[in-house]
Amino acid sequence: MFKNVYNWIDERLDITPLWRDVADHEVPEHVNPAHHFSAFVYCFGGLTFFITVIQILSGMFLTMYYVPDILNAYASVDYLNHKVAFGGIVRGMHHFGASLVIVMMFLHTLRVFFTGSYKAPREMNWVVGMLIFFIMLGLGFTGYLLPWDNKAYFATKVGVQIAESVPYIGPYIAQFLYGGDIVGAQTLTRFFAIHVFFLPGALIAMLAAHFLMIRKQGISGPL
Amino acid sequence: MAHGHKSNEKVVFVGDSRVKKGAGVQVPPDYTSYPGKSEAFIPNFLLKEWMVGCVVLVGFLVWTIAEPAPLGYPADPTNASFIPMPDWYFLFLYQFLKYPYVSQEYIVLGTMGIPAVLFGGLLLAPFLDTGKERRFYRRPIASSLMFLSLIAVVYLTVISWDHYTHQLEITNTIPEHHVREEKAREAAEKGQEPPSTVKKPAAAVAIVDAKDPAMDIIKQAQCIGCHAADLKGQGSFPALTGVGDKYSKEELVDIVTNGKSGGMPEFGTKLSADEIDQLATWLAKQKAPAK
Ligand code: HEC
Ligand code: HEM
Repeated sequence: MFKNVYNWIDERLDITPLWRDVADHEVPEHVNPAHHFSAFVYCFGGLTFFITVIQILSGMFLTMYYVPDILNAYASVDYLNHKVAFGGIVRGMHHFGASLVIVMMFLHTLRVFFTGSYKAPREMNWVVGMLIFFIMLGLGFTGYLLPWDNKAYFATKVGVQIAESVPYIGPYIAQFLYGGDIVGAQTLTRFFAIHVFFLPGALIAMLAAHFLMIRKQGISGPL
Repeated sequence: MAHGHKSNEKVVFVGDSRVKKGAGVQVPPDYTSYPGKSEAFIPNFLLKEWMVGCVVLVGFLVWTIAEPAPLGYPADPTNASFIPMPDWYFLFLYQFLKYPYVSQEYIVLGTMGIPAVLFGGLLLAPFLDTGKERRFYRRPIASSLMFLSLIAVVYLTVISWDHYTHQLEITNTIPEHHVREEKAREAAEKGQEPPSTVKKPAAAVAIVDAKDPAMDIIKQAQCIGCHAADLKGQGSFPALTGVGDKYSKEELVDIVTNGKSGGMPEFGTKLSADEIDQLATWLAKQKAPAK
């Protein structure tokens, strides 16, 4: 049944090469932990992606309850955390996942660094990787404010004050992040938009580039 | 893809486009050329990967159930004693900026100079370290720089956390999300609802005795300019509905006569003692209806 549907579509659109081209490849021995246990270091990229997917999914569920304004933000998170069925789990996954994804990304970066995999011809992929790195830190920074408790508020205040001390452009950065002169209503809606729309959009574009390049160049050879 | 091309033609196009087919296409390497046992990604390797993924997911779920995500008390911008604390992966930067030569008049070095060099170096690593050698022990400069940075980052993070716990100790503070959890646990032991941390919106409390002549004084004295026409407050001006629950009549006389440091002006010179007394009597009546 499923196969017939697939064949029907394939006859018309020739979709097989589309996904085979991406998905069909060999996993060489030197990156396969089944053969060399130490090759688990090559799994960190995949694990980072796995947690990133969890972040995106749990984040989508969080927005079903979260209200990005200063009167209701805290109350909505509180409600979600304590009253909604499984809300605590969803928020927990997003909260701890945010740390986990950073850990995995650090480990992945270190693996790429110490195996010298950033060298020619993979320079561009390393640069894209670093951009992903900064986007992830940005997601962490903007997401931290959203629960609007004291910890969120004061950490953001300090963070923006640090950005403000950058010469020349600092005040503009602060103005852009605050949306005014203090951490307030505007800041929260801005951080929400950046956290939920701008950075994830950029992240997905960068990840697409990352994976296309890996596919095109293949994983780096054995040392 | 499915289109063949006649090899005797001079110019060959890609598919049905007008793009000329070039010669320099990079073909993904073929792993049959690698020594050893390679494995098909789909389905063999992917299935194993998903099994590991399931185990990770279950472990993660157990973690989130065992350890609820922390939540403190609602943000209060006037809280001056709160010890700010960024998320753990920013701690090293936060700590770094506390050292002399990267703070105060040298802050430019701290926020721009050194981070720009380090992160810039990381970003451009492939163009700085251009040798062919990949093994880390044969790349002493790159590897030792990375090891040094790693040690520095770990050190700064630990120190920063130490400072924080020390500060908590000397100020005798318990982080809010712990206080809150503790209170909820105590309430649960007594079989009660956990105490609400969400400020009841002032709108729930109505003005008591709105026809009282004191209401005219409120309007004349411009109290409503700040505390809003319905006395429910606006922005940083607190609501006056329900103040009777917070203050006694004597305290209200004092507040109106002498003002409050947070922006409440003194009315001792603008209103007569009689009027203030009338106001305070009325304000003291502003209580939320008994539940
Ligand atoms: C210039 C604006 C302004 C005007 C006019 C004003 N207030 Fe206030 N009032 C404030 C501010 C700001 C506070 C909060 C001060 C603080 O918390 O330190 C406040 C606090 C109060 C409080 C204590 C409320 C609480 O919850 O702590 C009372 C009572 C009060 N005002 C009564 C009055 C009365 C009565 C009048 C008119 C005679 C008046 N206010 C006029 C700004 C104003
Ligand atoms: C969301 C974050 C990221 C995800 C999901 C991700 C995912 C992946 C995956 C699945 C691979 C295949 C190899 C492996 O699993 O180790 C890979 C390879 C690679 N990654 Fe990442 N990555 C991320 C961030 C980064 C960062 C921060 C860098 C470094 C700056 C980076 C640089 C590279 C490079 C250069 C390769 C090619 C390595 C090789 O061919 O051996 N990536 N990435």
